Amino acid sequence: MPKLIKNDQISADNWLLVEGSEENQTIPEGDVIVPLTLFLAQQETLLASSSNTGVWLDSSESPELIADQLQNIDMIAINFPAFTDGRGFSYAQILRGRMNFTGELRAFGDFGIDQMFFLKRCGFDSYLLPDDKDPAGAIAALSSFTDTYQTAQDQPVPAFRRSI
Amino acid sequence: MYQYNDFDRKFVKERVDQFKDQTHRFLDGQLSEGEFLPLRLQNGLYIQRMAPLLRIAIPYGTLSSKQARKLAEISRKYDKGYGHISTRQNFQLNWPALEDVPKILGELAEVEMHGIQTSGSCVRSITADPFSGVAQDEIEDARPYAELLRQWSTLHPEFAYLPRKFKIAVSGSTKDRAAVHFHDIGVIMAKDENGETGFEVLVGGGLGRTPVIGTSIRRFLPKQHLLTYVEAILRIYNQLGRRDNKYKARIKILVRALGAEKFTAMVEEEWQHLKDNPSTLTEAEIKRVSAFFEPPAYKQNADITKPSQLDENKEFSRWYLNNTKAHKQAGYRSVVISLKPTGMPPGDVSDYQMEQLADLADHFSFGELRTTKEQNIVLPDVEKSQLFEVWQVLTDNGLATANIGTINDITCCPGGDYCSLANAKSIPVAEDIQRIYDSPKTLEQIGAVDLKVSGCMNACGHHHIGHIGILGVDKKGKEFYQVSLGGGVGTDAAVAKILGPSFSQAEVAGVVKKITDLYLEQKIQDENFIDTYNRIGIEPFKEKIYAKAH
Repeated sequence: MPKLIKNDQISADNWLLVEGSEENQTIPEGDVIVPLTLFLAQQETLLASSSNTGVWLDSSESPELIADQLQNIDMIAINFPAFTDGRGFSYAQILRGRMNFTGELRAFGDFGIDQMFFLKRCGFDSYLLPDDKDPAGAIAALSSFTDTYQTAQDQPVPAFRRSI
Repeated sequence: MYQYNDFDRKFVKERVDQFKDQTHRFLDGQLSEGEFLPLRLQNGLYIQRMAPLLRIAIPYGTLSSKQARKLAEISRKYDKGYGHISTRQNFQLNWPALEDVPKILGELAEVEMHGIQTSGSCVRSITADPFSGVAQDEIEDARPYAELLRQWSTLHPEFAYLPRKFKIAVSGSTKDRAAVHFHDIGVIMAKDENGETGFEVLVGGGLGRTPVIGTSIRRFLPKQHLLTYVEAILRIYNQLGRRDNKYKARIKILVRALGAEKFTAMVEEEWQHLKDNPSTLTEAEIKRVSAFFEPPAYKQNADITKPSQLDENKEFSRWYLNNTKAHKQAGYRSVVISLKPTGMPPGDVSDYQMEQLADLADHFSFGELRTTKEQNIVLPDVEKSQLFEVWQVLTDNGLATANIGTINDITCCPGGDYCSLANAKSIPVAEDIQRIYDSPKTLEQIGAVDLKVSGCMNACGHHHIGHIGILGVDKKGKEFYQVSLGGGVGTDAAVAKILGPSFSQAEVAGVVKKITDLYLEQKIQDENFIDTYNRIGIEPFKEKIYAKAH
């Protein structure tokens, strides 16, 4: 089972990730993360339920597509179909930086220890780490560097504006 | 030049530690080949035909004598006693052992060097005009801006997994010596109507299998907005650049697919969200970084007359003419040291030579050197009255080849002798050509010709922008060479046109000879090769070369 890392530790995962692209499939009970198509098709049902609503975006699905509904979404998960597919980094920056999304932002799919630091900097705060990756290494990698040159979600001020 | 502060030093050290751990995990089997690949690439490490290749960043081609000595030492200690200046101003080692690489990076960090982002699908090491700060024609020194871009792009968390590599070049002069039209982003210093300096921004230029001249998407960008504007461009590219086909993944393809107008509109819209955010450069920061590039303590009363030895020493005179360049400061010249003696791989430099150059830099050029995209080394600030002495030392060390700017100053990638991507060898072809033009008189007669050789269509030898370009191709397992004519950079930016069917390796030099013969027949007065070509076009060259024997 993939392990969830949140708040710099392995955490219990209360969310159920729903897969499949059928627009009219039945959504399970509880806190669910549904694919974008399903969310758009069954938005009203989802929002009427007392459970939390999460949406997952594939790497080809821009957060622009849910820009208007962000206030109704409790968490967004972004899929990395391949760790070399870096679109999710920009999506996270846009969601946090421009759209001011404050809910949980989760990375899942194909990534590992060596992407953790960048993911965190771009605004992710939970990581569904693939099964074959070492969670201790991944947690340690969140602080690979003490400081950085440029701004990102973890550091709104570039090094040159701070006296360091 | 730029000096690291505690922040930079710590950062590079942490990068070394990170890569040490990554290499360890790879050798341990915890990381697969595929997972390790982008990590090692973004630290400059390729696995090549014979051995790994380590590409060490020389940001915008600026190197101190101390760093040059370290490169010499590393070449000797971990390699075969020589290194190679790449066409992006970096330094390459051809034979380091994989397990030594973390150690090498550790030693480089001691002299403020690294291999960060010299390869891989990320923002690559920034390049600039090698004559920045000393050229007479520049609007402003490009180096502070190249340094600011270097810092901004270093481990940028959003842009470490781009669709493909991303190259940025900066020119402080409209007389472009950085090939800004052939970069993913090219920025050229410009002035607005109020005399304020800023940049013209070009996007989507590139060489490789689809050569494209960059499109100007902004005529004038006030300089404080440099980083946010570049960030907007990259954000669009990172989201929309193609990832399904690596040959269509560069930003030039995206710009073409969307159309320049739409692409520009998207960048401008994205920029509205970023404009004036804290990444906007402050006057204080521009000043702080510019201070590292203040002119050195030039002698105010330096002798402005030509060196007296010019009249009596023909060889020195030839070298002076070809290998030294006009300088901003009266009484000074910049010296270009040719790494193109006939018979040596273009751009190669031995550990011993590198040490000699470091000494020369210390004695005669304020301890600084530059590397050029033509794969030579520059001593930027030499007093005219000391040129003869410099030349003598260079002569004693096989570094006084007086062929800068001539047809023998060949730009050439490592090719099939080293590179696993190459379709054909490039070094022997360069040598065959150099052997034709074996007398200084012939070289003088033919004058300025930019000849460039690439061993495959990735175009590391920049063949598309050579006046004469040569490209190695594979035809049914055999090495052939395609010849093209008329490429150029700057205000003459052009992609060279293919002459016709390709030639065998044995034929290439003869073909080049026919090309220059035709030029000599056709030239009017002092016309340069490229001017003659632009006047008469490619047809006469085709006729001469492909004419059937009667």
